[in-house]
Amino acid sequence: MSILEVTDLTVTFPGGIQAVRGVSYEVERGEVLGIVGESGSGKSVTSLAIMGLLPRNAVVSGSVKLHGRELLGMDEDELIKVRGKAISMIFQDPLSAFTPVYTIGDQVAEAVRVHQKMAKDKAAKRAVELLDLVGIPNPHLRAKAFPHEFSGGMRQRAMIAMAIANDPDLLICDEPTTALDVTIQAQVLEVLKTAQQETGAGIVMITHDLGVIAGMADRVLVMYAGRPVEQGSVDDIYYRPRMPYTMGLLASIPRVDGEEGPLVPIEGNPPSPSALPPGCPFAPRCPMKVDMCDDEEPPLTPFAGGRQVACIRSHEIEHKGLTGADVFPVPVIPPSDVVRVPRAERSTVLQLDGMIRHYPLMKGAVFKRRVGTVYAVDGISFDVAEGETLALVGESGCGKTTTLQQIMQLEPPQGGRVVVLGKDSAKLDKDARKALRRDLQIVFQDPMAALDPRMPVSDIIAEPLRAHGRKDVRARVAELLELVGLSPEHAERYPQQFSGGQRQRIGIARALALEPKLLVLDEPVSALDVSIQAGVINLLEELKNTLGLSYLFVAHDLAVVRHLADRVAVMYLGRIAEIGTVENVYDHPAHPYTQALLSAIPLPDPEMERTRKRILLEGDLPSPADPPSGCRFRTRCPKFAQLSEADRRICVDEEPSVARLANAVDHGAACHYAEEIEVITASDDQEEK
Amino acid sequence: MRSKVVLRRLFRNKQARYGTVALILLILLAYIGPYIGPYDWTDKDFLAFMSAPDGDHWWGTGAIGQDMYAVTLRGMQKSIIIGLLVALIATGLAAVVGAFAGYFGGWVDKVLMWGVDLLLVLPSFLIIAIISPRLKGGTWLWFVVLLAAFTWMITSRVVRSMTLSLREREYVLAAVYMGIPRWKIIFRHVVPNLSSLLIIDATLNVSGAIIGEAALSFFGFGIQPPDVSLGTLIAEGSRNATGYPWLFAFPAGLLVLLVLSINLIGDGLRDALDPGSNS
Ligand SMILES: Nc1ncnc2c1ncn2[C@@H]1O[C@H](COP(=O)(O)OP(=O)(O)OP(=O)(O)O)[C@@H](O)[C@H]1O
Ligand code: SF4
Ligand code: SF4
Ligand SMILES: [Mg+2]
Repeated sequence: MSILEVTDLTVTFPGGIQAVRGVSYEVERGEVLGIVGESGSGKSVTSLAIMGLLPRNAVVSGSVKLHGRELLGMDEDELIKVRGKAISMIFQDPLSAFTPVYTIGDQVAEAVRVHQKMAKDKAAKRAVELLDLVGIPNPHLRAKAFPHEFSGGMRQRAMIAMAIANDPDLLICDEPTTALDVTIQAQVLEVLKTAQQETGAGIVMITHDLGVIAGMADRVLVMYAGRPVEQGSVDDIYYRPRMPYTMGLLASIPRVDGEEGPLVPIEGNPPSPSALPPGCPFAPRCPMKVDMCDDEEPPLTPFAGGRQVACIRSHEIEHKGLTGADVFPVPVIPPSDVVRVPRAERSTVLQLDGMIRHYPLMKGAVFKRRVGTVYAVDGISFDVAEGETLALVGESGCGKTTTLQQIMQLEPPQGGRVVVLGKDSAKLDKDARKALRRDLQIVFQDPMAALDPRMPVSDIIAEPLRAHGRKDVRARVAELLELVGLSPEHAERYPQQFSGGQRQRIGIARALALEPKLLVLDEPVSALDVSIQAGVINLLEELKNTLGLSYLFVAHDLAVVRHLADRVAVMYLGRIAEIGTVENVYDHPAHPYTQALLSAIPLPDPEMERTRKRILLEGDLPSPADPPSGCRFRTRCPKFAQLSEADRRICVDEEPSVARLANAVDHGAACHYAEEIEVITASDDQEEK
Repeated sequence: MRSKVVLRRLFRNKQARYGTVALILLILLAYIGPYIGPYDWTDKDFLAFMSAPDGDHWWGTGAIGQDMYAVTLRGMQKSIIIGLLVALIATGLAAVVGAFAGYFGGWVDKVLMWGVDLLLVLPSFLIIAIISPRLKGGTWLWFVVLLAAFTWMITSRVVRSMTLSLREREYVLAAVYMGIPRWKIIFRHVVPNLSSLLIIDATLNVSGAIIGEAALSFFGFGIQPPDVSLGTLIAEGSRNATGYPWLFAFPAGLLVLLVLSINLIGDGLRDALDPGSNS
């Protein structure tokens, strides 16, 4: 029998915003249901409605049954008994779920005592057990810590501990790992799996990461514009999608196992929940749309194999065996001329030599005194050749953004050298610096924050032109808008009137205004939905090839990096751990950190996820104010753990520097025991080559 | 488009609506009223000293036979102008000083904030009281400058702290990396993004300045005769407030109405521009 039964759930907010329009699903014991969909598709609102946590002005109808008991319309007192006991929820941001003034242990114990009659000391003991279960080291000690003393990953685990405190029958996880780094995400997902085995609960897993769903879920529900459009077993959905939206979604994600060729974007944007199209909500973006699609919204109808699809042409798709790449137009990206020249013969556009950036660590509110140093970037070297894309990857806090800022400032670094287009930043005067800025531009991560909300788009793009004394701005702005795939008629609009993907294109247009040679990209697609992201990635690739640009590119999404970059540098705690061509680093990673990082990435491929072995890292990133002696990675290094006492000496005493690997031209690792292994099985596509 | 939204929100607010209507009526009264009345504010009626309101002198007459209707409206004009000018100067100064201090940081910040602190601890009323009589013979604009000079400090601190966070915004960084000079960035990207704060502040400064003017003039430190303002009129009228209430009631009542309506608009603006700040 199913634990949770949701039937025809709808949620309407004031102003005619139909956030959820008829969601039905069931979750059984021990089953994991994955819910995917773009931002704003109603995933969170659905689960909040189930928990009864929506604001009062929301109108909810339909039915939500837990063990056959109706939850909608239940009075608050009874609902509180259900909430936290039978159903628990895990949120994206674990900090807001804890009260800052109580210790973690107290709060977990409190959660136990709310629903179970238990003595205080017994509850405290149970809390420690739970913290131990979710893999918090030294749970006795850590239980006495306050929430802000925990790192993001630890907080998320504590949150899981709290959620499973009362053996709930159902866990609802809303983007539980989105805010975490991949290696931490892998740990937390592992904990979730353990927790599920321990409690036998059903899980509703909401995320936009198709890789996470592939690894966790048994069944998948795809949502679009507030409605489920396809539902089925994870294998069916991933290998045999029968609804154009699902097909497009799967075709639009870059893969870390290296499929080549342009990504397949879904054109357009999801409809606004207050202005839905008359027929199929996906019709405006659907390449298979026929006139009949506009007549009425196709209902979610049963389809062979216990699945449900909401598309009038699903049988035709099945019959012809169509895939996303068949249905959606695959863009053509012109090849680059520059790459034909061997790398050694191309000029170097950017060179970093042992660059250092330390920040003082201050303490005290009135009298600030220096109590230490944050070694944000501690001696990194790399170079970018003309027409090349170098990606900088690593977990948050490893110094990626600091590196970019130091380069962009064009000021003398604290140590080492930064050479941009042959000019040493330490030797620039004011005019030379300004002149060099023409050739060096940046695209930021958050497309909203990077555009002044009070300026129309034409002024935003014209700003660099005017600053460098160009007069013919109007024509150039129109040209730039066209270049990034926007209509020049929209030049007088304000940034708020554009969607995320369009805003990012505006940011790119602005960066290209002065025809730079080197473009620095700080997480340019991480704030975008997958289907939108694909379009921006293609645009970046195309611009690079047609304009002969070089990119320095920061990202934490290793799949995007694999797709876009030629070379990659893996950073750990302010140092480079491994650097080389994308093929070398991804296919034969030699540094234990790179190996762990790669193995932690969830692949959007259920079959592969099931058979894959993960290298799980212990613990969290050490503080950059107090890096370990010798090799900075040794506190978490799985290889170090296996070494004999004598072999370990060198890791503790001597900091490894990047050394070229024997049999490779462009591949180096900073490890005393570097050894190439394969962590990601190459996809079929790759093997054919 | 944003301004339209703000206006719509402003007028949905009942209090702001009343405030706006009242203010418009008051301004019309101040500037059109004198043309309707039978007397000019400099006229003196030697047949009626201190006479109560009647059909001829609508609001009565003063000690030397001035028509109180004409004089009070004249005084109100002056008070409104002083309020507007002071608010403009004070808010402008606050924006510039705060934004420069916050954006440049370092010693610029130290020096400017030191100046702000100094002005804050000085007893402003006393200083204006001492200086302003010495400016006799000079224009009343000096008085405006003095009032403004002691009004802007608190706002400039708020502007400074908001600039500190704006400085780290990506669009400001983007401008730096484009090679745009820093003073230009302040005027193009920082100050416009503080406009909500500045508009609200300016509105509330108007009423503050009107009250400040009235208070100083009441004690004889502000507007000097023969010029009149609501403050000087209230001062004169208050001496005989019990025997000849109309001398006091009309200027005082108008002052209260004026300040109240502006404050209502100011509060409405705050809600409209910044829906997060609940009241
Ligand atoms: N309190 C609210 N009042 C009005 N509209 C709301 C409210 N909460 C959510 N919405 C709207 O409901 C729709 C669905 O939102 P929801 O948060 O469920 O999306 P989601 O699928 O979880 O997206 P994401 O991936 O960004 O988390 C959105 O259009 C959103 O703007
Ligand atoms: S119903 Fe029509 S528009 Fe909707 S997904 Fe199917 S083919 Fe496309
Ligand atoms: S040097 Fe030692 S500790 Fe560092 S990564 Fe290599 S094996 Fe691990
Ligand atoms: Mg959500």
